[in-house]
Amino acid sequence: MKGGWLRGYAYAYLIFLYAPILLLPLFAFNQGTVIAFPLTGFTTQWFAELATIGELHDSVITSLMVALTSAVLATTLGTFASLASIRYGFPGQRPVMAFIMLPLVLPEIIVAVALLVVILRLGLDTGVWAVIAGHTLICTPFAIAILNSAFAALDGSLEEAAYDLGETPFATFRLITLPLVMPGIISALLISFTISMDEFIIAFFLTGSDPTLPVYLWSMLRFPQRLPAVMALGTILVVLSVLLLTVAEYFRRRGVRRSGGRDSGGFL
Amino acid sequence: MSDGARLNFWPGGERATGLALITPPALYALFLLAAPLAAIVVVSFWTQTGIRDFDTTFTLNSYREALSDPLYRQLMGRSLAIAGAVTLATVILAFPIAYFISFHVPAQRKSLWIFMITIPFWTSYLIRVFLWKVILGYNGVLNSGLQVAGIIEEPLSFILYNANAVVITLAHAYAPFAILPIYVALEKIDRSLLEAAQDLGESALRAFWRVTLPLAMPGVVAAVLIVFIPTIGDYVTPRLVGGPGGLMIANMIQTQFLRLNDAPMGAALAVLAMLIVGACALIFVALNARFLRGRGR
Repeated sequence: MKGGWLRGYAYAYLIFLYAPILLLPLFAFNQGTVIAFPLTGFTTQWFAELATIGELHDSVITSLMVALTSAVLATTLGTFASLASIRYGFPGQRPVMAFIMLPLVLPEIIVAVALLVVILRLGLDTGVWAVIAGHTLICTPFAIAILNSAFAALDGSLEEAAYDLGETPFATFRLITLPLVMPGIISALLISFTISMDEFIIAFFLTGSDPTLPVYLWSMLRFPQRLPAVMALGTILVVLSVLLLTVAEYFRRRGVRRSGGRDSGGFL
Repeated sequence: MSDGARLNFWPGGERATGLALITPPALYALFLLAAPLAAIVVVSFWTQTGIRDFDTTFTLNSYREALSDPLYRQLMGRSLAIAGAVTLATVILAFPIAYFISFHVPAQRKSLWIFMITIPFWTSYLIRVFLWKVILGYNGVLNSGLQVAGIIEEPLSFILYNANAVVITLAHAYAPFAILPIYVALEKIDRSLLEAAQDLGESALRAFWRVTLPLAMPGVVAAVLIVFIPTIGDYVTPRLVGGPGGLMIANMIQTQFLRLNDAPMGAALAVLAMLIVGACALIFVALNARFLRGRGR
């Protein structure tokens, strides 16, 4: 069969990709307090333990707040940038867009220390607001990448038709453009939210006294007796992010279908 | 896009509208990215005298120390070596996957494959890295499994809390970053070119070497850059699975900033790391351009 060995390799690669995640539930429901084989028996006590850790709940609330705000800010900035570059064009477009997209390849620790230096120099205190500022910066390029494909797939003649039929530019945007790119916007929001929820190093440098979920998780990793609970928490997080991504993928595909484009797959 | 009149929210034509729209994101990047990056460079020439106090006289002391102290040189060299190894492993392992999805998976199943490859990447980074520690560790899944199976008697030491463990974990973490750009480049290849090559008597292997690979090169270059540049600044993986011999430059930058209170030293290390990475990236892009020219007779 053509591509037979390639197919075998592809399945082996998928096992490599999924190996760590498949182990999570095994240890989350395992009675043993050490994260190792052999498994000793089924329990749900680690999930119950999660409910008793107050700081964990606080960190989840902090993270949700940070992720929601960053996602809205990044998607708004991303919509502006995407509209400007895909629909209109402006002088100096290539260097300006390249700079806005830079955080995509810049190591996060560089962004983190750069913001820390400025905050310290300005005599400000680190805190949740600083994490939001940093996360907005790194989420915006992802939002732009998603929104660019949404705006590029949009048929400009629909807007022109509305315009020619007497709608004002703003009404045209609200009635024609926005509904057509809405799936892209929702998908950009969800991806930015997921990135912010998971981001560790910027939050680690800038969070101050209110840790986000990954920062609190990092501190849990140092205590061996907390590790089974970490596995339970990880299981919940994996299930939630897979759900969120499936929703994002659904909207992305719907957007592609709605604007009549061909599905070429993938978020990036 | 058609040539008809496009919508203008702003008086003064399309470019004025574009300019007005790009202003907020551009200003945001200017104040929260350009200015802080400039600040790092400036601070790296200062001396720290207190928790928030600096002696702002220009000095090259931090750079001198960063370039002469064997500890920093070793960390920088190791970071480069690890990032290089991760890039090589990730891109070589990823290419066949991208090729398989682009050339052998039916069109309607392609986005499902891409989706399946991106899912693990979106789950908690910290927990994924921690699980590699569980897999590779002393009593880890791999070692205990192989011992139970009677294949080995002692735990495999070459993947135990060292640079190799860091490479394996990072190759896993950056897999989708390598697969996606290569896949996109492969998808763009006009299939009739390959048919033409084979009709003209090229073997499948020669057609791959002379047509597919050069056309896929932009994707490979993007993959190399997008894996190499961020991995050099990874903090979590060396801390969790690297052991003392697997620490990287980001760990030292963090120590300088948050523990030793020497922001200028941390800033100098960050600037040096970026300069070295930038130089490597440029050399790689130039070499690749030469390679493609040499082949494109």
